Amino acid sequence: MQLKYDIQGGNFTDAGKASSDVKRVLKQLNIDPALIRKIAIALYEAEVNVVAHACKGVMLVNFDKERIAVLIEDEGPGIPDINKAMEEGFSTASEQVRQMGFGAGMGLPNIRKNTDEMTLNSTPGVGTALSFVVRF
Amino acid sequence: MKMNVNRINELVAGKIVHDPGGDHRYSCAFASDLMSDVLRLSAGEGTVLITGLATVQAVRTAEISGISCVIIGRNKKVTDDMVELAQENGIALIASASTLFELSGRLYENGLKPVS
Repeated sequence: MQLKYDIQGGNFTDAGKASSDVKRVLKQLNIDPALIRKIAIALYEAEVNVVAHACKGVMLVNFDKERIAVLIEDEGPGIPDINKAMEEGFSTASEQVRQMGFGAGMGLPNIRKNTDEMTLNSTPGVGTALSFVVRF
Repeated sequence: MKMNVNRINELVAGKIVHDPGGDHRYSCAFASDLMSDVLRLSAGEGTVLITGLATVQAVRTAEISGISCVIIGRNKKVTDDMVELAQENGIALIASASTLFELSGRLYENGLKPVS
């Protein structure tokens, strides 16, 4: 089963709608609630990152009986130093993003914490691709 | 100590903006304006979120984290889109004029625990 969502950069009102929808689908599939929570948090952190930093993005969610695999690709400024971006506390978020309760430099580490596999690739000036897997 | 939404509201001298009904009981609470910190908690169900962040993202963060009771402190205005999202997701919303320090103190002295 595959789900696809468009994410609009800068739209904080809708930030999290896609993640909530995936969460709802996983609940209907009777996945372990503790796993659903981890997946929802990882999705939401990734979705907020696109809203906070990029012009637009796409979230692709594939799942079967054994795992969920997510790919989030965006068009935006990209990440010049991925190792630095993975450090807790490092953030380039704007004041507006911080006023929304985010931008503390904890999103990417939290995605890693809540997933079984995570890959981050970025081309500065072009965009970023984040993928992760959680096994059921 | 576990308490329901009405008891929590009474303790914080708040106003219940939305009550989804049911018999949810709460045993611990977490106070923060930083949603990134809320997303790092291991707790969900049974936890009350106390925040001064009166935006739709506070309610969304609660929903994603499995938190079903949010107290908005510091007399911040609860917006219509916050109420709408709370209604969609069965989240209780309480508004209070008190500071987060006072809200936390009132709930702590009456038995709610910190999130471990």
